[in-house]
Amino acid sequence: MTGLIVQQIGPGVAVQDLGRPGFLAKGLTTSGAADHRAVYEGAALLRQSTDLAVLEMVSTGGTFEATAPIRIALTGAEMATKINGETAAWNASHLLPANTKLTIGPSRDGTYGYLHVGGGITTKAILGSRATHQSVGLGSLVAAGQTLPIGDDKGKEIGMTLPRDPRFSGGDIRIVASMQTEDFDADIRERFEATVFRRDPRANRQGTRLDSDGTGFSNPKQLSIVSEVIVPGDIQITGDGTPFVLMVECQTTGGYPRIGTVLPCDLPRVAQAPAGATLRFSFVSLGDAAAIQARANAELLKLGHSAKPLIRDPHTMQDLLSYQLVGGMISAHQSPFEQG
Amino acid sequence: MSQNHVDCPKIRSVGLNGVLVTFGDKATDAANRAAIAFRTAVDEQEWPEVMESSSTLVSAFFRTDLAEYSYDRLRARLNEVLQSRDWSNAALPAGRTLWTIPAVFGTSRAPQLAEAAEAAGLTTKEAEAELTATRLRVLTVGFAPGQPYLGTLGTAWNIPRQVGLSPNIPAGALVAAVRQICLFTKDTPTGWRHVGQSAFQCFRPRSDIPFPLSPGDEVQFTSITLQELASIEAHNADGNGAALREVLK
Repeated sequence: MTGLIVQQIGPGVAVQDLGRPGFLAKGLTTSGAADHRAVYEGAALLRQSTDLAVLEMVSTGGTFEATAPIRIALTGAEMATKINGETAAWNASHLLPANTKLTIGPSRDGTYGYLHVGGGITTKAILGSRATHQSVGLGSLVAAGQTLPIGDDKGKEIGMTLPRDPRFSGGDIRIVASMQTEDFDADIRERFEATVFRRDPRANRQGTRLDSDGTGFSNPKQLSIVSEVIVPGDIQITGDGTPFVLMVECQTTGGYPRIGTVLPCDLPRVAQAPAGATLRFSFVSLGDAAAIQARANAELLKLGHSAKPLIRDPHTMQDLLSYQLVGGMISAHQSPFEQG
Repeated sequence: MSQNHVDCPKIRSVGLNGVLVTFGDKATDAANRAAIAFRTAVDEQEWPEVMESSSTLVSAFFRTDLAEYSYDRLRARLNEVLQSRDWSNAALPAGRTLWTIPAVFGTSRAPQLAEAAEAAGLTTKEAEAELTATRLRVLTVGFAPGQPYLGTLGTAWNIPRQVGLSPNIPAGALVAAVRQICLFTKDTPTGWRHVGQSAFQCFRPRSDIPFPLSPGDEVQFTSITLQELASIEAHNADGNGAALREVLK
């Protein structure tokens, strides 16, 4: 069986897929990739199922080698990547020849980068999914020395790219009213919308802490509430008034009030925001939110149509000078007559 | 605006991810029974727009995609079921499970029994007797996978959470607060008081019963000695902790 040998690995690298739905009633959240869109992008580039498992890398990747030629795709936060020493474009699919070094370095933007392989990573599924859910002991982080099994790849196509989606540096986030939104006074809600937050360095797959100057957002009249359902994207306000956006690996229930809920299509933007990036939240009506999300859902399903052949971009060619860009180019320092 | 007051039953959207039907603004036994019964009744109808459901202490939750399915239509549909009967006296679903779970109460393995008993105005002996005489119901499962919140204990047990957190209470612990017992899935920092210790594993991902407990199931604790617990723990490959399982008629 084909395998991906892990020679060296960054912290927090784990196998993920679209998660493990169906167990909410048992206290287990769906979880899966922090940036679901990136999973769809990789599947579109390799023209394969979105159900296949991928490698999620947090801020930095690792060094890999395949036991046989495989197709790979790189999506999510852009990480400096080389195949056999040569720069490989991000947001694109490539061939990784057998016994050839693939190095994925630190991210240039965003937080979560994804390595997809043709045929998917075929570690053992638990409860119907290969997603690593560390806090509950499902799966474990990828370690150096490990060989990840790879499934059969029916595809052939490589050298495809997708237009870059601008979700890697924070920005404007759309939210809808949640169960307890009305329990916050109108002036607190308005202040929340007017505040420019910074993504705190303390962010992980469970929650993203939001920093701001000035007073917090706890409601003076807030009573203790009965623990209630949590969905990913819920923005909970803790006792001291700090907002946290609850991410894919959130718990199923919680006792802190929620001021609003991030639209699923905007949640990757929160997940990818690097530490210190600014985030602003604005309420949209449930009707508008449904229409925005429906368009996003439709676009995800059509991502395959946006995949185009990769044309080498000079910006991604680090060793630009070694390429012959124009045939017969005349050098200012060399006599044209001396050329062969 | 009235704060945190919910006219019940109440139907609300939860982000674009689902719809919540709430039966009380306080954690009462009646609201919990209604939530469990209502969820079961809707699940039995197998609506295509409901991807999965769950129940919390006082609510039934139906996960859907409100971008694909109209909230107004789902709300109307849920309201129809809601109006079809009085859910506060609905019977709990059939086929539920009764687990009899051995546990040590007090001792070095559950050092806060005396403290909890005192807060409840009981002697340690009385507290242990009540905890093993009361057939408890799984009110909800959450916070950690498979982790049950069990109730409802008598009013004396309406003890508040302690102010400080105990840093790490072990898996299998029985912890008490607000007329409930929680049985820990994993080591957890908590403000609830550690009154008992079992070897029952609430989440067994690699077994054929990954989640032994579901909302509506019942739990009966029995008292064992420290030595008995040690011997159970030494032979606990199945994670059952010598608990017995039977299906309720």
